[in-house]
Amino acid sequence: MAAGKNLSLFRDKPVKVLLAKPGIDGHDRGMFVLAKAFRDAGMDVLYAGLLPTPEEVVDTAINEDVDVIALSLLNGAHLVVFKKVADLMKKRGIDDIAIVGGGTIPDADKPKLEKLGITGNYGPGTPLKTIIEHIIMRAEEARSRKLGIA
Amino acid sequence: MVDSSSFWSEKLKNIEERNKSEDPQYKKWKKEVLEKWNPGSEEKEFINSSGIPIKELYVPGDLHGDLNERLGYPGTFPFTRGIYPDMYRGRLWTMRMFSGFGTPEDTNRRLKYLIQHGESGLSIAFDMPTLYGYDCNNERAEGEVGKCGVNVSTLKDMEVLFDGIDLGRVSTSMTINAPAIVLLAMYMAVAKKQGVPLDRISGTVQADILKEYIAQKEWIFPPEVHLRMIRDMMVFCTESAPRWNYISISGYHIREAGASAVQELAFTLADGFHYVEMGLNAGLSADDFAPRLSFFFNSSINFFEEIAKMRAARRIWATVLKEKYGARNPRTMMLKFHTQTSGYTLTWQQPLNNIIRTTIEAMAGVLGGTQSLHTNSYDEAWALPSENAVKVALRTQQIIAEESGIADTVDPLGGSYYVEWLTDEMEKQAYSYFDRIEKAGGILKAIKTGYIQKEIANTSYRRQLRIEEGKEIMVGVNKYVEENEPPIKILRISKKAQLSQRKRLNDVLASRDQEKVRRSLERLEDAMKDESVNLMPYMIEAVESYATIEEISNIGRRLYGGWKEPVIV
Repeated sequence: MAAGKNLSLFRDKPVKVLLAKPGIDGHDRGMFVLAKAFRDAGMDVLYAGLLPTPEEVVDTAINEDVDVIALSLLNGAHLVVFKKVADLMKKRGIDDIAIVGGGTIPDADKPKLEKLGITGNYGPGTPLKTIIEHIIMRAEEARSRKLGIA
Repeated sequence: MVDSSSFWSEKLKNIEERNKSEDPQYKKWKKEVLEKWNPGSEEKEFINSSGIPIKELYVPGDLHGDLNERLGYPGTFPFTRGIYPDMYRGRLWTMRMFSGFGTPEDTNRRLKYLIQHGESGLSIAFDMPTLYGYDCNNERAEGEVGKCGVNVSTLKDMEVLFDGIDLGRVSTSMTINAPAIVLLAMYMAVAKKQGVPLDRISGTVQADILKEYIAQKEWIFPPEVHLRMIRDMMVFCTESAPRWNYISISGYHIREAGASAVQELAFTLADGFHYVEMGLNAGLSADDFAPRLSFFFNSSINFFEEIAKMRAARRIWATVLKEKYGARNPRTMMLKFHTQTSGYTLTWQQPLNNIIRTTIEAMAGVLGGTQSLHTNSYDEAWALPSENAVKVALRTQQIIAEESGIADTVDPLGGSYYVEWLTDEMEKQAYSYFDRIEKAGGILKAIKTGYIQKEIANTSYRRQLRIEEGKEIMVGVNKYVEENEPPIKILRISKKAQLSQRKRLNDVLASRDQEKVRRSLERLEDAMKDESVNLMPYMIEAVESYATIEEISNIGRRLYGGWKEPVIV
């Protein structure tokens, strides 16, 4: 499904995204740029603050009933830490929240992350538009599940 | 110390007056020659990272007042042209390549490799668990051990890191902030073991906690706790390790977090003034300790803007130290700095182009009068640099130093109408920020309320939008894009680092004298509770008992808790 085909899903409640940097990493420049860009694109944006544990990220996502968790790491620990988040979601039986990733992720790691359901995995220099379209596409899947129309 | 409330606003007023520009001949030329030549030339926008509009031409009329007075001669107040009379003719800048990854053994090998290839000063990067004061066996450290730098949990790791390297002969810069006092204690302990007296060790710990709250976000405790530790290093080193730079006041990270050149200049110097006031409040005089303060700036891609920034920084620091903080010794007024080329400007796309970017930025650092320089490697947008990429980066400096001739004369751009005008303009805008920060309640308050962070986030977002709109070009990213680029070979840190670090930590934990550890941590805790005590000797005692970085940090975590940053988005 192409992004934006199903925008009626978000008429009453806009796309809700949780931005998070789980793991020990303070490189938050990209996060703040994305937060502003997502907000300008009409999304409801939450930021998990610095150094949340994967548990805290998952708890916040569930409590806030977000559509998408957007994870970022620039410290090389994405394979371990993103996986922790995906595993926790699976363990708790959550399938109506999508997970996307970004940061300094070598191409070779992308298929491994996609296998865990973590998509996007955009690197430096990716246009904001590409990221926003991807978030909307994943949010549509998640929202459809929430509404039981998937 | 001169009262702050009017100092900044009066300075600003004087500089604004000085910078007013009027040149009738220029106006005539513009009207009669330029506009006839290219009637549409006013449409395109020329601005630098600081948002300063750039004119098509700078002329003598752009330089006002007594230029000689605000330039001085090299090695004389206000040091605009350089802090040493002969600059690089006497001695080249120190080529200091930042390195560190994996285990202490890995990094020890890389340090020896760099020494062998002509590097003149060591510079160590630590991994995330170390930077945040966690041991390698903490659950949070999973997957992060040795990834962004070398892992150090106990003194044992530090002994391996410097094995075979004489601490009496090298100068070592350690990029460590929140737990700086612990790593400095470890370095001193290794020196003692090697039989090197403390007054012979030389080097730097970054320890600039204010820029952590502003930009890099690596803190453990609330600001006041870290500031007290910096005060203790300041006082201890002033007395016992006079060749040690206990702080490197850093604009680098502020810039990388998205600030403009002017913001980097202003916020970094404002942090510096705060540390000076801290030393004065601890009963030292500026001449006692300020000569040991050094700076760390970013050199980004807008060539002349960077050079002007560095020249303005020297002039402001000298002027304020003299006029506001009562410095008498010229050495106190000299702003010494390290430069690193910009990581942000490196692109993931077409990575070899990064060699060119780094070369331009490195040249700006040299023309700006830096004392030491790190050049980034072309593969660093992807990962930690591979050995070959590091070698190219080091060779870049050697080519600039020994082939290009730009180091043959002091401040070769001095007197350029454009560079001097831009230096004056950056100076003015920095004072404007000092005045605003003062009105916002000082730098510490401006950080705690998120004012500084918001200023940076706004600049960063504006810049990103300009890139998206194609108003600002990044070659290979939004222009001259290539599809299907082949992947490059990058350095991978194996999981072995984590396993072997955990094993060594377990061995240390099993073999150390537990009673000695307990007693040293207890004494350290008592010292922490008493603000008037200097923590440094207690830190050294604790690391010598092989207490871990996390055990030591946990004392502060228990006593003072952590820190939650203000919400800025």
